[in-house]
Amino acid sequence: MSDSSLDNLPKGWKSVPNDLGSDQTAFKGVQWGKAMMWIFLLSDTFIFSCFLISYMKGRASTVVDWPNTSHVFSLDFMGVPVPLLLIAIMTFVLITSSGTMALAVKYGYEKNRKMCGRLILATAIGGLIFVGMQAFEWSKLIHEGVRPWSNPFGAGQFGSYFFMITGFHGTHVSIGVIFLFIFARKVYRGDFDTGRRGFFTTMKSDYVSIEILGLYWHFVDLVWVFIFAFFYLW
Amino acid sequence: MSDEYEHKLEAKSDYAGDASSVSTPDIDAVPDAELPDQELYHSHSWWTTYVFSQDAKYIGIQYALTAIGTGLLGLVLSWLMRIQLAWPGLGWLEPSSYYQFVTMHGMIMVVYLLTALFLGGFGNLLIPLMCGARDMAFPYVNMLSYWAFVVAVVVLLASFFVPGGPTGAGWTLYPPQAITAGTPGYNGGIILMLISLILFVAGFTMGGLNYIITVLQLRARGMTLMRMPLTIWGIFTATVLAMFAFPALLVGCLMMTLDSLLGTSFFMPAMVSLGETLTHEGGSPILFQHLFWFFGHPEVYIVALPAFGIVSDLLSVHSRKTIFGYRMMVWAIVGIGALSFFVWAHHMYVSGMNPWFGFFFATTTLIIAVPTAIKVYNWILTLWRGNIVLSLPMLFSLGFIVTFLNGGLTGLFLGNVTVDVPLSDTYFVVAHFHMVMGIAPILVVFGAIYHWYPLVTGRMMNETLGKVHFWITFIGSYAIYFPMHYQGFVGVPRRYYEIYDSPYVDVSTLLLNKFITIAVLIVGAAQLLFLYNLFASARLGKKAEKNPWKANSLEWQTPQMPPEHGNWGKELPKVYRWPYDFSVPGAKEDYIPQTQPPSEIIGAKVEKT
Repeated sequence: MSDSSLDNLPKGWKSVPNDLGSDQTAFKGVQWGKAMMWIFLLSDTFIFSCFLISYMKGRASTVVDWPNTSHVFSLDFMGVPVPLLLIAIMTFVLITSSGTMALAVKYGYEKNRKMCGRLILATAIGGLIFVGMQAFEWSKLIHEGVRPWSNPFGAGQFGSYFFMITGFHGTHVSIGVIFLFIFARKVYRGDFDTGRRGFFTTMKSDYVSIEILGLYWHFVDLVWVFIFAFFYLW
Repeated sequence: MSDEYEHKLEAKSDYAGDASSVSTPDIDAVPDAELPDQELYHSHSWWTTYVFSQDAKYIGIQYALTAIGTGLLGLVLSWLMRIQLAWPGLGWLEPSSYYQFVTMHGMIMVVYLLTALFLGGFGNLLIPLMCGARDMAFPYVNMLSYWAFVVAVVVLLASFFVPGGPTGAGWTLYPPQAITAGTPGYNGGIILMLISLILFVAGFTMGGLNYIITVLQLRARGMTLMRMPLTIWGIFTATVLAMFAFPALLVGCLMMTLDSLLGTSFFMPAMVSLGETLTHEGGSPILFQHLFWFFGHPEVYIVALPAFGIVSDLLSVHSRKTIFGYRMMVWAIVGIGALSFFVWAHHMYVSGMNPWFGFFFATTTLIIAVPTAIKVYNWILTLWRGNIVLSLPMLFSLGFIVTFLNGGLTGLFLGNVTVDVPLSDTYFVVAHFHMVMGIAPILVVFGAIYHWYPLVTGRMMNETLGKVHFWITFIGSYAIYFPMHYQGFVGVPRRYYEIYDSPYVDVSTLLLNKFITIAVLIVGAAQLLFLYNLFASARLGKKAEKNPWKANSLEWQTPQMPPEHGNWGKELPKVYRWPYDFSVPGAKEDYIPQTQPPSEIIGAKVEKT
């Protein structure tokens, strides 16, 4: 659909019944892959909701007290234990990488190959730093005796939920990082300018893929905000 | 009556006049194409044509055959269980085998047969064809979806060959017993079961994204959502449910896998097992039940909604009548789908949860009966004064209405806490859910296969064999499940390996068990007849004419039948109406296909859709 015909459609709330009552597409001018990513993220939201609700239920029904999180998650900085220090840096890095991702999408649509590629790389590196710091945090906790089945600070479920949920989120970040690197390469190679065909799917490349990847990346960041709130602040 | 039609015709031409300002209004106008024609994947080798096919029709057939093959195993397991129940003195099965067969039968039938067949099989075959698309939105992902399903099935079947055999925890897999010594397959089979389910969810997600996007974004010109066949509405809504329900299953499976492999205590309380205190402590078994049923109840509708949709189309086509209350049917499907997320704990009345929950969930359960009843009324009103043809699809559809009504009514019993408490874990429950989500959807599956078989193979299935199959299946199912209702009322508990002569068990129970088993063997054998018909007709069946049922929906309007790669030849179809214009007054034929433009049927008093 050309942009001019999109302009003639109703705006605001009126567009909802209009689009749903129309033929061919329910989301006007939305590329298939983008719509798919939204639905997938909705489904993924249910996964993380199930995890976090299970965590709340699990935490509420343990027989032993939950560990004191500000003590467990503190980091010694110049001999002084500072609660939430590492997590604050991790969160800052991840949120910043969301910003670079958003800029990458903008430069992608402007067909500014260089800037787009650089920003995707910056995002990927931000993700890598996050995963690295998470690995550091895990190994620190493991050194202190925290295991998935037990820990010296309190209820064994603390380690179970912590490793499972941050692990599941970390897997999401890692998958995102892998795709960011792949897409950085594709951008530098000019796949999106020439419409080079995908290796597996044989479909033409398009800059909209970067926005789709961006949706995923922002989602992973948003989920982290909830994990942060539920694990570290509660 | 005719005035009203006149008025509608006038309104129609007004509408067409608005569309083009030229003096001769183009009544055949449809909106312009919004998107360029879909680019198709063309296979180059034997592997990409027949094995890793990316053609949705072909994937649909692959899905259907794999699901039916797995379902056949579920059928054989039910035979073995029934023989054990009828003649416990034979020592036919070990107690552990009995529980393993119960578990595998349940899981196979619900997930690997019905879900995969309705969504993977009929979804892939019908969504692109009925919406007027050339293929699914993402053919490559669609292919991955099927192969993930195959791997899930293989992992599931592999559990028969590990030490300890498959899990015997019952299809609900409740911990702590599922992963505690004493339950068959507690350390081998259960892990494979959980991994298989995780794979199934992953594979289904890939397929489900395809189904949703194809319905939302790939419809033909003129195909509005309210012109879609109800089959598509059913499959679409069921897919949306699955996308939101399967996450809970995935999370539950993952957590139980960790409990079993890593020794975490998500679901495991402190326990003494075989005289030893286990290391687990402080977990919540009820949490698993909540996760499982948050998936499990929508799952019932994931199976039922496609059946509702398909049966509506079959009834309309084979009684040559407009579906009664199309819009109400659509809203009922959507409403049932939404409500299905608020009823899950009615499976847990006896689990020990807070009794106030039971009050809430009994209320929501009764509310969901309202849209369901609307659907049943509308099916009956569709038949009313219709030109009913007792073809095979019609027979199975009629069988479905009766069976579904029957199972639905016992659902009202079990939905009320006070009635459920004495009846829970008896054969009444077994009879209820087999009627409502076993027999009823399976009857629709058969009807749908007889109906769409010519679309796939270009040939008709044998009518006589089909009728024999129908009557044995239909009467046989009642012979199996009616006595079970009675057994439940006299208090026979389910999941007992042997019901022997004792003062607590009525002698009629023992006789009925023999009767039921004989019926099961006969009904099962009739399914082999069906399978013979299914495969033999592909070669020996009567050649089907184009559009053999004189149906209106798009899948029968392809240039070739069976449709070839890309479905539509050069031009995509244009849609002018809904698929239910049957026996329209003033029309030459008793059906008006969706692709027939208004200019060709001037004088016919069609409804404006």
